[in-house]
Amino acid sequence: MASSRTYDAIIIGGGHNGLVTAAYLARAGKKVVVLEKRPRVGGAAVTEEIFPGFKFTMFSYVVSLLRPEIIRDLDLPRHGLHVLPLESTVTPMENGDYLAAWGDHDETRRELYRHSPRDAEAYDEYGRLMHFMAQAVKPILGMVPPDPTSFDPRDLFALLRLGKHFRGLGAERLHALIKLMTMSSADFLDEWFETDVLKATKSASGIIGTFLGPRSPGTAYVLLHHYMGELDGVFRAWGFAKGGTGAVSESIASAARAFGAEIRCDAPVMRVIVKGGRATGVALENGDEISAKVVVTGLDPRRSFLQLLEEKDLPGDFVADIKRFKFRGSSGKVNLALDSLPSFTCMPGIGRQHRGAFSISPSLEYVERAYDDAKYGEFSRRPYMDIVFPSMIDPGMAPAGKHVMSIFVQYAPYNLNGGWTDAKREAFGDAVVNTVEGFAPGFKSRILHRQVITPLDIERITGLSEGNIFAGELALHQLFFMRPAAGWAKFRTPVRAYYQCGAGTHPGGGIMGASGRLAALAILGDGA
Amino acid sequence: MTLRQTPFHPRTAALSEGQAWRRWAGYVVASAYELSHEREYHAIRSSAALFDVSPLYKYMITGRDAPRLLDRVVTRDVGKAKVGQVLYTPWCDPQGKVIDDGTISVLAQGRYRMTAADPNLRWLHLNAAGLDVAIEEVSEQTAALSLQGPSARAVLQNAAQQDLASLKYFHLTDAKIRGIPVTISRTGYTGDLGYEFWLDAAHALSLWDALIETGTPYGITPAGMLALDVARIEAGLLLIEVDYFSSKHALIEAQKSSPFELGLGWTVALGKESFNGKPALVQEKERGPAWQFTGIAVDWDSLERLYAAVGLPPRLPTQAWRTSVPVYSGGRQVGYATSGGWSPLLKQYIALAHLEGAFGTPGTAVEMEITVEHHRKRAAARVTKLPFFNPDRKRA
Repeated sequence: MASSRTYDAIIIGGGHNGLVTAAYLARAGKKVVVLEKRPRVGGAAVTEEIFPGFKFTMFSYVVSLLRPEIIRDLDLPRHGLHVLPLESTVTPMENGDYLAAWGDHDETRRELYRHSPRDAEAYDEYGRLMHFMAQAVKPILGMVPPDPTSFDPRDLFALLRLGKHFRGLGAERLHALIKLMTMSSADFLDEWFETDVLKATKSASGIIGTFLGPRSPGTAYVLLHHYMGELDGVFRAWGFAKGGTGAVSESIASAARAFGAEIRCDAPVMRVIVKGGRATGVALENGDEISAKVVVTGLDPRRSFLQLLEEKDLPGDFVADIKRFKFRGSSGKVNLALDSLPSFTCMPGIGRQHRGAFSISPSLEYVERAYDDAKYGEFSRRPYMDIVFPSMIDPGMAPAGKHVMSIFVQYAPYNLNGGWTDAKREAFGDAVVNTVEGFAPGFKSRILHRQVITPLDIERITGLSEGNIFAGELALHQLFFMRPAAGWAKFRTPVRAYYQCGAGTHPGGGIMGASGRLAALAILGDGA
Repeated sequence: MTLRQTPFHPRTAALSEGQAWRRWAGYVVASAYELSHEREYHAIRSSAALFDVSPLYKYMITGRDAPRLLDRVVTRDVGKAKVGQVLYTPWCDPQGKVIDDGTISVLAQGRYRMTAADPNLRWLHLNAAGLDVAIEEVSEQTAALSLQGPSARAVLQNAAQQDLASLKYFHLTDAKIRGIPVTISRTGYTGDLGYEFWLDAAHALSLWDALIETGTPYGITPAGMLALDVARIEAGLLLIEVDYFSSKHALIEAQKSSPFELGLGWTVALGKESFNGKPALVQEKERGPAWQFTGIAVDWDSLERLYAAVGLPPRLPTQAWRTSVPVYSGGRQVGYATSGGWSPLLKQYIALAHLEGAFGTPGTAVEMEITVEHHRKRAAARVTKLPFFNPDRKRA
């Protein structure tokens, strides 16, 4: 009977990180099974046909920073990964003008010159600095975070190497890096630019997935993410996956299967079986029990430790740390099936602008006010939005001539005043489409079907606690050797043979897969 | 004297954003329409790309002895080909060295169209002595478009007035698109699902407009030679004057190649009664070719180390290159790559290379020269079977 088989490793959760871990373990010859509660793999990286013929990138919608070494090691292109360019960003302004960043550098500079000749020049210098910063920070994405309080030679050696690495930056760049790690994105950008809409659009990328505003300290470092993507430019680690993000998950799953991993869908895990301080297997909701030498959780820290385990299996201070780990989902998603593309007032007509993103971030004040609503428990009446038309990049996402529109929306607090209801969800959806309508009159009449996803829906469907898209807020105190808890950032847990591989570990966030890979390497390193 | 313009020029010129043009057989064609060829490349692999391939040399060969002439000239067995078939084939000089390569379409009994990269009218006439055959150059009056990519069939199905879904790989049919008579062949230079349209140049613009209109919902994208170059390397398709030299242009023997040395052994029908170069090719087949034409894939970690040594992330060519690059094994040069570049689809640095016989085996470890910050280095690479990319949809 399949359920009585013994595996080398059980992976709980078929999100992209769990699949990456499974693939790496299977590649190393381990007998692996992935257990996914939903009928399909992918977690928050899924593509679903919600309205006949229209494929929605339900939650995550772009590939960001998928680690090139994973693409190579797992040979993902052979398994169907095809990342298409997503080059431009157009920000419509309240006065009917716009700010655009195009794929071509000269064109972008000329566009910026229109707003501020000074900023156009600063932009190049800023880009160069960010390039160096990204280069400085990038190695961290691929390393197991060393614990600065540890005297383990491996930690000391890694810290030493890291220290040398940063010393090598030189004083000027090191200072810039410290500013990036501590300042708010708005303050950091103030040092460089005067064009408000530019600062608003850039800083908006720093708030995604956090419960912070552009003026909150610690949001600046996320500005680096875009430049890290550029370092991997040739790999196109940043873009739109053909078939949506679900196709990314499918390609990793296909690679894992090719290496011999078994993937079971509709197989929700109820609890991890612990005997004598050691994980020995899992119990499924259907009553089946599966045993394995190691159990790996791809779920977020709250589910991994507070739901799948019993508190008595864990040290008290660790339980307290995990209970304090912040999720605070702050974003939602509106996915639309469209009869035809909307024309934006600032750039009328249908054109190449629809092949890139539209950022609804007309001013810093607009974004900060959107945050103000959320601070006091309401969804933003006029939210920050990142809009793409997946069918313009991959026409296969919708029937010929029709379109899908993916709207990432912030802020939508998980803890809404009075709680989320169906009526509140629809009111939130109305706020979103009404705001878009303001920038693109006539847009609403093109909508054939509307799917509104609140943080509560994200939690309900994917299991991500409080609907946090990064499996835990990407705030400074929850990063690196603190993710998810001090002392437990190396993919191991207080329970022997129980590992974590989800985005709730370093480096977390986005469809990077880095957590999944590092977890697999840690497990293999432990000789599991 | 200026370069000639193809029948599609009024449309292609209007699309050119960066005025990036390239010469091809005396014509001017787009290198890329947009400022970067990237999106045009992705259209080939993700939706559908439209290429103007009118500059190809085209010959109409008709008459009772047409198959005899062609069988005398080319290496493949034309006599066996059925009406509606298209053959890709090289042709050789009497010493068995390749002069050119192209396609032969069997349009009807005794009626063939041959495409070539170089002018071949004189060569065809020389070989036609005593045969009942008419050879007509139709290069200028025949316009040619190529529609390539996974959505090509859907675009075609919507544009054509009859069901063409059953048209097989390397076969052709006559059809009508918006009333325009065209010959459609399921061929191309991308290694993907694709079709080529052959028509009277007078109708060129109407066909272009019809395909763009019906193709737009499927993401049809006019594409230039830069995008095509990347795709044809992925497909392992060789290019004259780049990957080999016509024996008619070679100045020394070493510049010539036999079909076996170009990975085209499969096109040499040694069972045929006689054809140009047959005796030499029979001998070469027995002793084995001196060179192998194969793929090589550069090892990423090796490339990363070479660049890390100078403090840079790896730099990769943004376009396919067409220069001769030495390939080494054990410190000795064992061959040379002739085309290469980054495959955005496969996410691999790939090249087409000529390697000394024994080194052509897939999996063999070699090194390719890479210039890192003005210094010549060698990156580890592995011999890879061609094509690098061969999707099922190409033939399905």
